[in-house]
Amino acid sequence: MYLAFTKNGAFVGADNFAKVFDDYRFWPAVQHVAVFVLIWLISLTVLVVLMALIVHAIRVRWASSAVRFLYYIPGALAGASSVMLWLFLLDPTVSPVAWVLQLFGMETFVQTVALDNLPVIFTLIAFWTGAGGWIIIMYGALNNIPVEVMEAARIDGAGTIKTAWHIQIPLMRKWISYMAVMALAAGTQLFVEPRVLSQASKGVVPPDYSLNQLAYLFAFKQNDFNGSAAISLLLLVVAAGLSALFVFRGGLFERD
Amino acid sequence: MATQRRSRRFTKTLAITAGLAALGLLSACSGGSTGTDSGFGFPSAEQEDGSTITVWVDASREPIAKAFQEENPDVPISIETYDGNSGGSDTFKTKMALFDQSGEGWPDVVFSTQTNDASWAAKETNGNQAFAAALNKGYLDQSFLDGFTDGALDPMTVDGTVYGLRNDLAPVVLWYNKPLLDQFGYDIPKTWEDYEALSTKLAAEHPGYILGTVGDSFVGPYVYYWGAQAPIFQLDGNTFSSNFDDEHSKKMTDLLDTMVANGTLVQDSVFGSDFVTKYSDKIVAMPGPAWYSGALFQNPDSVNAPAGTIGAADPLYWSGEDEVTGNVGGGVWYASSHSKNLAAVKTFLEFVTSSDTAAKLNAGLPAYDSAASTWLDTQAASGFFAGDFKGSVQTAASSVWGGWGFPSFSPETAYASVVIPALASGKTIADVVPAWQEEILNEAQVQGYDTK
Repeated sequence: MYLAFTKNGAFVGADNFAKVFDDYRFWPAVQHVAVFVLIWLISLTVLVVLMALIVHAIRVRWASSAVRFLYYIPGALAGASSVMLWLFLLDPTVSPVAWVLQLFGMETFVQTVALDNLPVIFTLIAFWTGAGGWIIIMYGALNNIPVEVMEAARIDGAGTIKTAWHIQIPLMRKWISYMAVMALAAGTQLFVEPRVLSQASKGVVPPDYSLNQLAYLFAFKQNDFNGSAAISLLLLVVAAGLSALFVFRGGLFERD
Repeated sequence: MATQRRSRRFTKTLAITAGLAALGLLSACSGGSTGTDSGFGFPSAEQEDGSTITVWVDASREPIAKAFQEENPDVPISIETYDGNSGGSDTFKTKMALFDQSGEGWPDVVFSTQTNDASWAAKETNGNQAFAAALNKGYLDQSFLDGFTDGALDPMTVDGTVYGLRNDLAPVVLWYNKPLLDQFGYDIPKTWEDYEALSTKLAAEHPGYILGTVGDSFVGPYVYYWGAQAPIFQLDGNTFSSNFDDEHSKKMTDLLDTMVANGTLVQDSVFGSDFVTKYSDKIVAMPGPAWYSGALFQNPDSVNAPAGTIGAADPLYWSGEDEVTGNVGGGVWYASSHSKNLAAVKTFLEFVTSSDTAAKLNAGLPAYDSAASTWLDTQAASGFFAGDFKGSVQTAASSVWGGWGFPSFSPETAYASVVIPALASGKTIADVVPAWQEEILNEAQVQGYDTK
């Protein structure tokens, strides 16, 4: 806070923010993060809820446990090491799934990490590492729905899909919005993935792709800690605003 | 009552402790130098004889640091390996900014593969003393400094003060494969025009064989544009300029686009996973730095050419113009102005640049004259290279074009983020010249340069 409004110890008002807004890298970075967060939030919410519902619907006990275990495994691989694994997967010359990449017309690593593909790649990486834990949490939420309610739905003649849509999902609303808030916080902080990918691609993925990376460059490449603080503060304000939206729309603090 | 007094005393103690802690933090964060004037042109820290010096090297420089440790057991040294700033990663700068903030932790010696670090390391930033120690103001002997090849220390010289010692020179020569040229009946190209003509012939007669690559971010700017005297990266005082409309720039862009289109220039990185398998025996000729000798051709993990096949020829130039060439890096050793054992640092620097061991362990052409001579003789005597290896490398070393600038950012980042992806998506360099130029100028601007 202090750094964001000062320069060399003197108060400068909004100067640092003006400088950040004027920076040629700022708006592209905002756009990159916004696109990524949008794709990431939508795919995370839809797929996690869907997968949790499927696991919950599996009646065979061992199959259900096995599937949950499978979902959870990728999450054991944290941030940077997960990106390292993805580097291997994304290089068509060595990837075991090279045929998938080639199906999309990607013959080289540079083509794979083209700017337009990055939001999808980062979503895949983030989903791979983070979704397993959320599925288990959603599974817990589904278990919390009283048996009587489910039974009543069944007696009324609701099928699996109808029950999910009208009963389970509305009752999971708080958990879904909690997940959205946490995922939003993590998404706007996008840093490790593009940073590692940038270094591994020797700069083909730009080192100023995300806002956090830009803050990092301000601080350490330009020795401008004030500008860096301004970006961080902006990020905080936007993330807090969006989180508030999810909290209120999702009724996170409403009491039953 | 007693409870109240105790609580008040507690509050008071807490306030004093907090005050002291804040003072401590402030003084720790101020980072300003408390050094004394060393008589060396920078305020030095209080010297502690026999204190351990910390040396940062990249993986390639680890052997020379270890050799120093073995040959100088009386000098305590701690060797730390880092990425050496490869590909403009700026690790060196980032870490120093952090140490500046905390006011401690600086290493005593740093090796960097980026020749342009002096642009920031020689400057005071945010009130912190410049990291790099001035070397020619009494710290190192002038007679020692005079031993460097002419011009080798220029990139690290700011207003007449030398801030770093060049480890190796990296002039660009033309590497060629003698058996292939003989087999195809081609002559070694002498000019860029010859090179382009050869490319047309090669593409038609022997498709699949190559004359180089544009897939590394250092190759485009340093090998081709610098070697073509293209003024795309120039610094005059604080004014940075990038001119792609100059005839030299345009001719090089055309040449590269033609050769990429006919397949004689490929987009793979020479350090990429499949370059070796795809092209080891397909390289007919390739302009590249002197250090390709150890890094590619004599490296068992890379091209690993059979002895007698690869030669270095004089660098390419435009017909009828100055016979100049480009340059790719050439690492630099920096001494820390914060060092507590400057005497040991001096011994170390002299060893790694000028000793016989340095000449033996250097993968590229040493920047120190006597070491360079030893190195070239050893290379020539090994019989590995075809042709006049020593003569061509010496010619290249003395003809690096002086018009290239050394600002505080690398031309590699703009090339990597704009040109490489464009080529991969099937565009030509000419297509993205405006975007590339804009990116370079923008980078210059955020680094604080006036642009034109």
